Amino acid sequence: MAETLAIPVRSRRPAWRRSPLTVAGLALIALLALIALSAPLIAPANPLKQVLSTRLKPPSAEHWLGTDQLGRDVLSRMIYGARISLLIGIVVVGLAASVGTFVGLVAGYAGGWLDEGLMRITDVFFAFPALILAMAISGALGPSLTNAMIAIAVVSWPVYARLVRAQVLSLREFAYVEAARSLGASAERIVWGHILPNTLAPLLVQASFDMGGAILSAAGLSFIGFGTQPPTAEWGVMISEGRNYIATQPWLSLFPGLAILFTVAAFNLIGDGLRDALDPRLRGTG
Amino acid sequence: MVGISIITFGISHLVPTDPAFVALGDHATDAQIEAFREKYGLNKPVPEQYWIYVTNLVHGDLGISLRTRRPVAADLHDFFPATFELSLTALIFSILIGIPAGVVSATRRNHLPDHVVRILSLIGGSIPIFWLGLILIGFFYGRLGWLPGGARIDKFIPAPEHVTGLFTVDSLLAGDYKAFWSSLHHLVLPALALGYFSTAIIARMMRSSMLEVLNQQYVLAARAKGLRQRLVIWRHAARNALIPTVTTIGVTFGSLLSGAVLTETIFSWPGLGRYATNSAINLDFPAVMGVTLLAALVYTLANLIVDLGYQWLDPRIRHG
Repeated sequence: MAETLAIPVRSRRPAWRRSPLTVAGLALIALLALIALSAPLIAPANPLKQVLSTRLKPPSAEHWLGTDQLGRDVLSRMIYGARISLLIGIVVVGLAASVGTFVGLVAGYAGGWLDEGLMRITDVFFAFPALILAMAISGALGPSLTNAMIAIAVVSWPVYARLVRAQVLSLREFAYVEAARSLGASAERIVWGHILPNTLAPLLVQASFDMGGAILSAAGLSFIGFGTQPPTAEWGVMISEGRNYIATQPWLSLFPGLAILFTVAAFNLIGDGLRDALDPRLRGTG
Repeated sequence: MVGISIITFGISHLVPTDPAFVALGDHATDAQIEAFREKYGLNKPVPEQYWIYVTNLVHGDLGISLRTRRPVAADLHDFFPATFELSLTALIFSILIGIPAGVVSATRRNHLPDHVVRILSLIGGSIPIFWLGLILIGFFYGRLGWLPGGARIDKFIPAPEHVTGLFTVDSLLAGDYKAFWSSLHHLVLPALALGYFSTAIIARMMRSSMLEVLNQQYVLAARAKGLRQRLVIWRHAARNALIPTVTTIGVTFGSLLSGAVLTETIFSWPGLGRYATNSAINLDFPAVMGVTLLAALVYTLANLIVDLGYQWLDPRIRHG
C-alpha cells in the first residue's frame, strides 16, 4: 500500500490570525473600543438622567435593556460603562507594566545586591492575596476610580518585574549584547536599545491577560464600595445597584455582568492567541 | 515577614484621616484626642510607631479595632473559621471537579467533552465572582427556593458548640446532623460562586500538563505493555501531570482568599472578608492591617504546603 507523506504547509498568516477564537476576541475588543469612543453619539439617553416615572421598566422597544431604580436607561449606562472599563484596563496595565518593567530591567541587568533587594520587595507583594491588598490600599487612599486604579496597579506590577528580570538574565548572555558591550555601548543603551525590545513579546501576553484581570478587580472594588462611586455609569457599580432587585428585575445586574464576562473573556482569548503565536509548543494546550 | 509588616503598617499611614478622630468621633475634646494618640503611640515618630507595631505583633497583639472596640486578634479568631470553611470547601470543590475535567478534556482532545471543558474554563476565568453569586442567589434561592441565599446556618437551628469554628465539622462532632445538613446547605452556593474561578484554572492547567505527559515515552511504553487505558491515564499520566497543577492549586488559594471578600459580602457570610470590608469602610485600620497580615500568612502557608506536596508526588524531589 502506497503511503502518502504529509508535508506540513506553512501558512502565510501569522499564528494568532489562524485561531478563530483569538480573532473573535480581537473583534470584540475592537467593537468595545468603538462603542466606548462613540458613546455620546450612540447612547440613546444621558446615562445619568433620572426619570422616576419610568423606573424599573423591563427591556422594551423604547429602552432596549430596560431602566434602573432611578429610571435611567440601562443601555446608555452600559455604553458609557465601556469607556470606564477600557480606561481602567489601559491605565492599570500601563502603570503596572511600566513600573514592573523598569524594576525588572534594573534588577536583571545590575545583578548583585540591587537585584537581591528588588526581588525581595517583589516577593513581599506576591505574599498578599491581590484583592485584599488592593482593597486595603483603596480604602486607605479613599474610594474613587483613580485610587482603585492606583491600588490595582500597586498589586499588579511585581508580575512584570519578575517576567522582565527573567528575560534580561537570559538575554544579557546573548552574543549581540556582548557585541554591543564590546563596542563600548553604555549600560543604558544596552538595556533600552537591545534588551528591552526583546522582552516585549512576553510582556504583551501578560498585559493581555492583565487587562481582563484589572477590569475584573476594578469592578469587584466598585461592587464593595472601594472603586468608582455612584452615580457614575460603571459596570461594577451597576451590578451593585441592581443587587437588591436580582429576583424581580434581574436585567439590572444581568447585562453589566455579561458585559464584564465578554470583555474579560475577549482579553483572555487574545492573551491565549498571542502566547500560542509566540511559543508554538504551547499551541492548543491552554 | 518584615516586608509584609512594613507594607501593612505603610498602608495604615496612607489614610488621610486621623485615626483618633475616626475612633472618637467629631465631638471629642482636644484632651481626649491627645490622650488617644498618647495611648496608641500615634504622637511618636513613624519609625518608633513601626517598632511598637512590630513588638506588639511578636506578642500576638494586633491592636484594638476602632469599630468593634475588641482586640483585633480576638476578632480574627472569631471570623477566620467561617472564611476558612468557605475557602476550603471551594478548594475541595475545585480540585474534585477541575482535575477530572482537565484529564477528560486532554484525553478527548478536540471532541465534545474537550470543547465543553474549554468553554466552561474560559467563562470561569472571566466571570465576576460577585455577579455569579448574585445570579446563583437570584435563581436557586429567589426563583427555585432550593438553596439558602445567605448566612452560615438556618436561623431556627442553633449553631454547634465551638470546637474548630467550622460549622460542618463541629456539628458532626456534636452528633447534630440537622445542624450539619443545614450548614452544608448554606455552603453550597457561596462555595460554588467562590470555587468556579479556581476550578477553571485547575482544569486548564491539568489539561495542558496532561497533553504534555500523554506524549511522553513512558506513557507509550505503558500502552505498549497492554495496560488498560484507564490505568495508563490515571496511574501513569495523571499523577505526573499533577505536579504543575499542584503549583496552580497553591496560587489559586490566594484568589480564594481574595474572592472571599466579594463572596462573603453577597452571601452575608460572617467571615474575614466581610469583616475587612466593613472595617475598611469605617477606616478601622488596625482591623484592616490584621486581616491583610493574616491573609498574607495563610497564603504563604498554603504555598509551603504545596512545596511539601511536591515531595509526595515527585520522588525525584524527595530523594534529590
